[in-house]
Amino acid sequence: MSPSAEIQLVAVVTAAACALPGAFLVLRRVAMLSDAISHAILPGIVVAFFWTRDLSSPWLVLAASATGVLTVALIEALRRTGRVKEDAAVGLVFPALFALGVVLVSRAAGDVHLDVDAVLLGELAFAPFDRVTWGGADLGPTALWTMGGILLAELALLAAFYKELQASTFDPALAAALGLAPAALHYGLMGVVSVAAVGAFDAVGSILVVALMVAPPATAWLLTDRLPRMLALSVAVGAASALAGYAFARWLDTTLAGAMAVAAGLAFALAWAFAPERGLAAVARRRAGQRRTFAATLLAVHLLQHEGHADADRECRASHLTEHVGWEAAFARRAVEAAVGAGWVRADGDRLYLTDAGRATAAAAVVA
Amino acid sequence: MEALLTDYTLRTVALGAAVLGATAGALGTFAVLRGQSLVGDAVSHAALPGVVLAFLVTGGTHPLALVVGAALAGWAGMAAVGAVTRHSRIPFDAALAMALAVFFGIGLMLLVGVQRRPEGAQSGLATFLFGQAAAMLTRDVAVMAGVGALALAALAAFWKELVLLAFDPGAAAALGLPVRRLDLLLTTLVVVAVAIGLQTVGVVLMSALLVAPAAAARQWTDRVGAMTLLAAAVGAGSGVAGTVWSALVPRLPTGPAVVLVATAVVGVSLLVAPGRGLLAGALRARRARATLGGMGTLQDLFTLAEAHPENPHHAHPEAVLRTMTLRPDGVAPDLAALAARGLAERAGDGWRLTADGLRRAREMARVGT
Repeated sequence: MSPSAEIQLVAVVTAAACALPGAFLVLRRVAMLSDAISHAILPGIVVAFFWTRDLSSPWLVLAASATGVLTVALIEALRRTGRVKEDAAVGLVFPALFALGVVLVSRAAGDVHLDVDAVLLGELAFAPFDRVTWGGADLGPTALWTMGGILLAELALLAAFYKELQASTFDPALAAALGLAPAALHYGLMGVVSVAAVGAFDAVGSILVVALMVAPPATAWLLTDRLPRMLALSVAVGAASALAGYAFARWLDTTLAGAMAVAAGLAFALAWAFAPERGLAAVARRRAGQRRTFAATLLAVHLLQHEGHADADRECRASHLTEHVGWEAAFARRAVEAAVGAGWVRADGDRLYLTDAGRATAAAAVVA
Repeated sequence: MEALLTDYTLRTVALGAAVLGATAGALGTFAVLRGQSLVGDAVSHAALPGVVLAFLVTGGTHPLALVVGAALAGWAGMAAVGAVTRHSRIPFDAALAMALAVFFGIGLMLLVGVQRRPEGAQSGLATFLFGQAAAMLTRDVAVMAGVGALALAALAAFWKELVLLAFDPGAAAALGLPVRRLDLLLTTLVVVAVAIGLQTVGVVLMSALLVAPAAAARQWTDRVGAMTLLAAAVGAGSGVAGTVWSALVPRLPTGPAVVLVATAVVGVSLLVAPGRGLLAGALRARRARATLGGMGTLQDLFTLAEAHPENPHHAHPEAVLRTMTLRPDGVAPDLAALAARGLAERAGDGWRLTADGLRRAREMARVGT
């Protein structure tokens, strides 16, 4: 495989491995925990690095994940005191742990070389140089194996605990009543988030992990109401953002991590504007339709009121609507256009006649 | 300590950290009260593209330019968050996280562009992320103090409205206050606080300066005015203490030192603050147990005494009392507590009320009926 194909493959797998747990973070309204965890794991990484002197050691992943779970446990403990709100608890714990990590890095600056830029930004472009070899055979980039393993583990956990995750995400009270141990599930999920964050910081850095965890699931959430479809869409949007980001970075000759985050943001912006049901355009179109239907119905009711009465010839005229009924000109025009378009009203010059369909609509509207 | 008075650089940095801590502490109070503690974090990340652009435009020569750039970008990020939450089903926290990461990504792309240019080579990302407190000049402190004073003046001018908004946004809207615009003002103030602090303490630690002093102050008082002043004091104190600490210990960066001090103040406040503190709470619980403990068993003894009107001080075995309660294991400690207070006494194999105990139980029964 060519290096560029390998980079793209690693990017896609990383995005997918971030999007899956990210979907549950978004649905549970704890998206900012992705930011908290990805920052707070720094001291874990630093300590493990002092120990192993190897940035790609599996111990780093383990230590950082443990720190991630510890972060969540600390936040939860602080919240439980009842003295601090949850958001403040998050805002207290992770900067403190991050500060600790920075202090550790600085204190040891002379002894070891830990490139902070690399930890925070990652460098996907170097992924093909760090390879797994076994018995002399080249088995591909290490990052692909790490992230692929994480993704497979996530899929296995998702299959095993799907029902529990679904229940505890959408109805925590029900999940607790059913004995599904929502607390254990919460920490399990946070453990997975930590592992994914650690695995991904190598590729995209600890800050842009947040983009890959939150933006694709948020995009998917605008496109569907069903959990399985949302999970699949999250992965698809994440993968597409990764590929688009790669193309973007090649084109502008810029950072791959930044370009992937921007691509994920663009994907969300597109869905926000054009999603079939929840997009801004669709909502605007629906509102316009409702306004038209409302105007047309109102006109049909007005015509029904006067139909067959002596004043019908005076009342049932387009010009009369603005002059005597007091409608805005634009509203009256819209009402006539919409009612004629819907086949509720027949216009004969200025004079308006109800059709059978219009009479039925008006009668139904008045009764309702 | 002596260095604080004689060393010019240290004095400048300490003064800057104090000004920053006081401003962030006071403004952060409202973010914390409104449940928006993480806004500072998002704003400080989202400021990156503004900082880079300001650097591109001015060559990074004037501190005010970087502050303005950071403020504009942070503010744009929060505007995006507001638009997304108002016009879609996406909740606040997800919108915040997305704005944070996507703006930061834009900033990174710009930064790579700057670093490719010869004059931008030294402007590292690390400076933005971790701050450079040691590089602070008197001029920077002046900018911080000026902008911070403006923000605090705005806070004072709209004090009444902002307090109402923080505690009862519904009432504020019902009274006809422009809630959206006040909300915007509050966001703007947070953005300003972040913008003046970024260069000194960096992204992550800036958000801590907004949250920690307010969270510490909250434990000591229930009045928002006192809380704001106290938060400003905690912020300023943490700033000075962190600066001195980092000067005394080699290779201890200032920003993280300030944050660790502020966090420690929160920890101590949580423990020892009177009233809300955890120790005070535990003490209260113990005292309550001491006064209320055993009352159930006292009543049970009284029920038994009532069954023997001819001799209310007739003794009953502990086993009988154990059958009368849902917590049989609590009977023995209850009896010991009652005996210690002279309300019950052991008589042979059983227990009975003392005269005091009988009087006390009758009083309780009267209150009960």
